Amino acid sequence: MIGVLAAFPFLFSAHWLVNIGVFTLMYAVLATAWNLIGGYAGYISLGHVAFFGGGAYAIAVTTTHHYAAHGYEPFYVLPLVGAAVALGSLPLGWLAFRTRTATFAIVTLTLLFVFQQLAFNLRSLTGGSSGLLLPLPLFPVATYERPFYYALLGLLTCGLAISWWVRGSKLGLTLFAVRDDEDRARGLGMRVTYAKLAAFALSAGFFAMAGGVWAFYIGSVYPQFAIDPLVTIGAVLMVYLGGKATLWGPVLGAVLLVPAQQYLAYRLGASQLYLVGYAAVFLVVMLLLPRGILPSLAEKIRRRRGRADPGRPPAQVERPAKELVRS
Amino acid sequence: MHLVVQAVILGLLTGGVYALMASGLTLAFGVMRVINVAQGALIILSAYLTYTLFVHAGLDPFVALLVITPGMFVLGMLLQFVFIRPLRSEDREELSLLVTWAIALGIEGVLSVVFKTTYRSVNTGYTNATWDVGGYTITQVRFYGFLLSVAILGLLFLALTRTRIGRAIRAVVQNPVSARLLGIETERVAAVGFGLSAATASAAGAVYAMVYPFNPNSHYDLISLLLTIIVLGGLGSLGGAILAALFMGVAEAVLAATISPTWAKLTFFVALLTLLLIRPQGLFGVKARGAI
Repeated sequence: MIGVLAAFPFLFSAHWLVNIGVFTLMYAVLATAWNLIGGYAGYISLGHVAFFGGGAYAIAVTTTHHYAAHGYEPFYVLPLVGAAVALGSLPLGWLAFRTRTATFAIVTLTLLFVFQQLAFNLRSLTGGSSGLLLPLPLFPVATYERPFYYALLGLLTCGLAISWWVRGSKLGLTLFAVRDDEDRARGLGMRVTYAKLAAFALSAGFFAMAGGVWAFYIGSVYPQFAIDPLVTIGAVLMVYLGGKATLWGPVLGAVLLVPAQQYLAYRLGASQLYLVGYAAVFLVVMLLLPRGILPSLAEKIRRRRGRADPGRPPAQVERPAKELVRS
Repeated sequence: MHLVVQAVILGLLTGGVYALMASGLTLAFGVMRVINVAQGALIILSAYLTYTLFVHAGLDPFVALLVITPGMFVLGMLLQFVFIRPLRSEDREELSLLVTWAIALGIEGVLSVVFKTTYRSVNTGYTNATWDVGGYTITQVRFYGFLLSVAILGLLFLALTRTRIGRAIRAVVQNPVSARLLGIETERVAAVGFGLSAATASAAGAVYAMVYPFNPNSHYDLISLLLTIIVLGGLGSLGGAILAALFMGVAEAVLAATISPTWAKLTFFVALLTLLLIRPQGLFGVKARGAI
């Protein structure tokens, strides 16, 4: 799979195709990272694009101030930016994790608006609404997109490796337990808060690194584009489409949706009609396929083979007790 | 001092309108456990309807409400029927956030196509008229908007406490399972509740159209503010939402007057984060398992 993706820019070298490839990989990274917290732990964070913007501004600020003309430096800074944002996300995560479910989603959503407002207001650092322009790197024109493409492919590989490792580790088991019944998990002595914070910081770090590559690629950073609610909602949609809490689901969602999205934005961009298309896809996925493609397929295959479901505990069925307690 | 009092007056007037906007959200959450992210978009939609009726039919925004409010009520019931009801109840709270966000995007897209993205505003003959009360300026439009909000909140309160369907709604809010056992058709009640919540958007939209310039993207400004208010007040608490709205209206206006308008926008979020530190369930929220 990764091999095929690595060969892609050599097989199809048209700029617009590789450009779509870059955005597909970017969203695949975002969706995979969001899946760690939203899928595994079941905490719907709607504000993760704040960290994406954080990374974008970090790269923009460092390159405009200290830039050697050669071009690849921003990529070397990337892991540092990721680590810094991941660390910085810890106190925010701690604060947000004082709430659950819908309130958590709202609190993280407000985080997005706080970051956007800060990006508008801290003019000396971010340039406010006039944004920041990054110096253009001197990459050869014929293969201009390739460095960005491979940087994102590297990020995706790391992200998938971490996602895969988490699934089998104690951390992953704790996260799944949190998703199914957090109070019971806590009662059993699991270190719930650590697990949630670890997942939050990991995904924040990846959002920041993807944001950094994005800023470098686009060449300019404005508050309304670097911290755009549509980016979060896009990543979330891809996770839901592909399959929440699966390893490959988020990537599948990105591969299916981003080319369509880029094409629609290109064809209808000026008219904003693509928002309607986006909303329609979202509603169809949510209403008809709420569990996503991969889990639905897996279930179908399992049913055909006539086996009982060994992997997934019937957690969804056990829930109604919640309603009674809520009174 | 004069500046501060002036700001408090302005803040209370704005807070009243915020209260009306937030009451719709709270109601929807109460009856259906649905966070309606589309509430902001519904308000902007009403603002555009007000604008259209005003520009093309010459209807005064306050008169146009008589047409728009029933329309929004029906639209709300439709949205509930088509998009919210099919969601499985066990994860409705989370899914509804995403579904209603998609609805908001859809409304934003349609409005952008029909009205383009330039800013619009409704300029009635009395838009810039003011009263001078003991040296303090009161903008007439804002005062009328405040009165309208209070009147509608009053009506809503009466409807919830005095009518059959209102009592049914409150029963569903308090305990959906028992309500169903007592023979209340919860899904139908929920549809009416959602319709009412959308109907409150019409008045809010009319006032918004007269006070602020707006474009299809404005719903993000509104929804970030409204979500903060209902979390501050405690999810599902109508009284809490109203108090939080008034408090935030005043706090925002005072900070805008004394410090700076651009930083005052952060007041809401700072208040929210502080509250989370002290009282995660909101000012009037009840701490229930799974609910916070």
